[in-house]
Amino acid sequence: MSAFWHWFVVIITLVFIAVMVWLFVATGKARVPSGTNKEGEETTGHVWDEDLTELNNPMPRWWLWLFYGTVIWSLIYLVLYPGLGNFGGVLGWTSEGQYAEEMERATAQFEERFGELSQRPLEELASHPDALRIGRNIFAHNCSTCHGSDARGARGYPNLTDGHWIWGGEVEQVWHSVYHGRQAVMPGFGGALNDQEVMRTAVYVQQLAGVPVDASLAAAGKRHFDMLCAACHGADGTGNPMLGAPDLTRGIFIYGGSMDDLRYTIVNGRQGVMPAQRDLLGEARARFVTAYVLSLNDDRGGASSNGSRDE
Amino acid sequence: MSQSTTYNDKVVRQFAVMTVIWGIVGMLVGVLIAAQLIWPGLTMDIAWLSYGRLRPLHTNAVIFAFGGSALFATSYYAVQRTCHVRLFSDGLAAFTFWGWQAVILGAVLTLPLGLTMGKEYAELIWPLAVLVAVVWVAYAVVFFGTIAKRKVRHIYVANWFFGAFILTVAVLHIVNNLAIPTSLTHSYPIYSGTVDAMVQWWYGHNAVGFFLTAGFLGMMYYFVPKQAGRPIYSYRLSIVHFWSLIAIYMWAGPHHLHYTALPDWVQTLGMIFSIMLLAPSWGGMINGIMTLSGAWHKLRTDPILRFMIVALSFYGMSTFEGPMMSIKTVNALSHYTDWTIGHVHAGALGWVAMISIGALYCLFPRLFGVEKMYSTRLIEWHFWTSTIGTVLYIVAMWIAGVMQGLMWRTFNEDGTLRYTFVEVLQFTYPYYGLRLLGGMVFTAGMFIMLYNVYKTWQMAGRQTSDARIVEPAHA
Repeated sequence: MSAFWHWFVVIITLVFIAVMVWLFVATGKARVPSGTNKEGEETTGHVWDEDLTELNNPMPRWWLWLFYGTVIWSLIYLVLYPGLGNFGGVLGWTSEGQYAEEMERATAQFEERFGELSQRPLEELASHPDALRIGRNIFAHNCSTCHGSDARGARGYPNLTDGHWIWGGEVEQVWHSVYHGRQAVMPGFGGALNDQEVMRTAVYVQQLAGVPVDASLAAAGKRHFDMLCAACHGADGTGNPMLGAPDLTRGIFIYGGSMDDLRYTIVNGRQGVMPAQRDLLGEARARFVTAYVLSLNDDRGGASSNGSRDE
Repeated sequence: MSQSTTYNDKVVRQFAVMTVIWGIVGMLVGVLIAAQLIWPGLTMDIAWLSYGRLRPLHTNAVIFAFGGSALFATSYYAVQRTCHVRLFSDGLAAFTFWGWQAVILGAVLTLPLGLTMGKEYAELIWPLAVLVAVVWVAYAVVFFGTIAKRKVRHIYVANWFFGAFILTVAVLHIVNNLAIPTSLTHSYPIYSGTVDAMVQWWYGHNAVGFFLTAGFLGMMYYFVPKQAGRPIYSYRLSIVHFWSLIAIYMWAGPHHLHYTALPDWVQTLGMIFSIMLLAPSWGGMINGIMTLSGAWHKLRTDPILRFMIVALSFYGMSTFEGPMMSIKTVNALSHYTDWTIGHVHAGALGWVAMISIGALYCLFPRLFGVEKMYSTRLIEWHFWTSTIGTVLYIVAMWIAGVMQGLMWRTFNEDGTLRYTFVEVLQFTYPYYGLRLLGGMVFTAGMFIMLYNVYKTWQMAGRQTSDARIVEPAHA
């Protein structure tokens, strides 16, 4: 802030505190015109509403000192900490500095304790109890918001425990999804297809997923599918993990498999985003959480998705 | 009797009765949303019964409808008695009553519909905010007009507090509500970002300081000495704590924004002035309790006095707790937890509601022209339900809040948080249950009061007349 506002804050603060102290001191000394009531107590002599009167007792001494004490405490605080405009206080404390310091300490502790462990191969980490405990903790606080605390997903967010991978289930592919994130781009075909055509295409997609449907409608829909959808989802509808185009034959639709849901998807498209964890969690933590996600699908046994946390 | 020889008690009567009604409404909504926190599906996903919409209805109803009506009733009553004149204008006084009821009705309609300005404790949309400002100016004219034509030279201490409350709330309300309307129900505030947050909490904290503290201290300064039949303990104390209280409160708002984008130096000033506020706040408690000290024996037989002494105790407790919570290191633990909710209710139930209830029990017999309330035993019952309800509520929120704060900051050795949000919520459920019970017990007391007031009104028969103006003792 400018020098003007700096001095404005300093002066108004200190003058205000001085006025408050003066109020306490001066009122304590001031003489109040007084009288005496019939009980012999000293009063101010004012009477309202027949019987409302005031005694002229001094202010309790302990109360005055309570106030002076808080003033002294506050002045000391203003010397030590930022408060008086641009004056940062002799301790040099800032809230940003405190945050940076605590983060630095936590990061150093983490590196010291788990840095070496995090560099082991992901396959090994996926069955290492320490790595899985850490991974589960990280998952619970960062990933469960979308994928659910049991990792079984939610509408728009894939289930990570069913062995069905939109972007591929190989170790390197899962690592890529976590560390670099994913951006799915399914375009909308509302401009290319009319309502009737959208409906037929949706029926065909349902047929691909094994839903019993009207065969003639599905056959009509297949023509549109082959023309517009097959490029990404494949001629047989089994998808393409390179593009994040899901397999449509397994009956798993993260945006819903009902007629209405499918029609909406075809007309408007879908743009699913998995945020990259590189800058959010950093490499070591991203490796632990990847290992945890891998373990959820590990047939050889690792941690089960419902495993309770180690104490 | 002619108007020149009587007080205007009609408007006091109207506000006093509505205080009881709005108290019940506001507290019932509170009980409902407390239950929703335990059973989120309670209102079957009906949008206008959802927690997010009913919570502002609860706060507006208890603060502005219940608390506001209590302040109107008691300030109109006290200012006439202590100035020895009738209210400045009967017409304007009637306008403040009907205008204020219209504002409340507007809140009851708009808030459940999701129409809100989005500022805490200032949610009302701009047309209602304008109506509040108009009613408030009329209130100021009636109040200060009455002071101006008083028949005694000295202005009684209760009127200083009522006056400060009326003036400051006008300023707070207008500055915080400055906005550019985009439609009949929507507007944008003229402030943005951190400045908006600072203006909001300058308003928010002074709403506590002037609406919920200064106003009710005014109530205390009239009804405590009246009911105890004792003089005010110390005139000097009342002067010093009045000026220091209203001056220092103005600085304390930033403590609501610790560890946010607000610059560190502003946070510090908010904190140190909150600490310096401790003694000025306690001045009112000391003066009230010491005024009662000559009448301890009356506490045994008079539940109204008991309401007042317990209210003063809760006032002292929460004005100690507040400065402590404003210290940054304590706030780092307490902020965003249910401890804050507990602190607010120690003040709202323990202080604001109980001093109002005490004052109302003092008022009703006089307003209805009868000797005393229909049943002292029922007041006794109300006293115990209020006290037990408040204690249950704040103890539940203390435990829940402190444990939430501790759980949120517990780390695993890998640097992750030890508890997920849901785990902390699960821990909190039993205390939400206890809080609900406390709220229900407190609200039950309000029904006892309603019955007692109804029976007292019946005792009075149909005719209620205004009291005759008392001539000043010293002309």
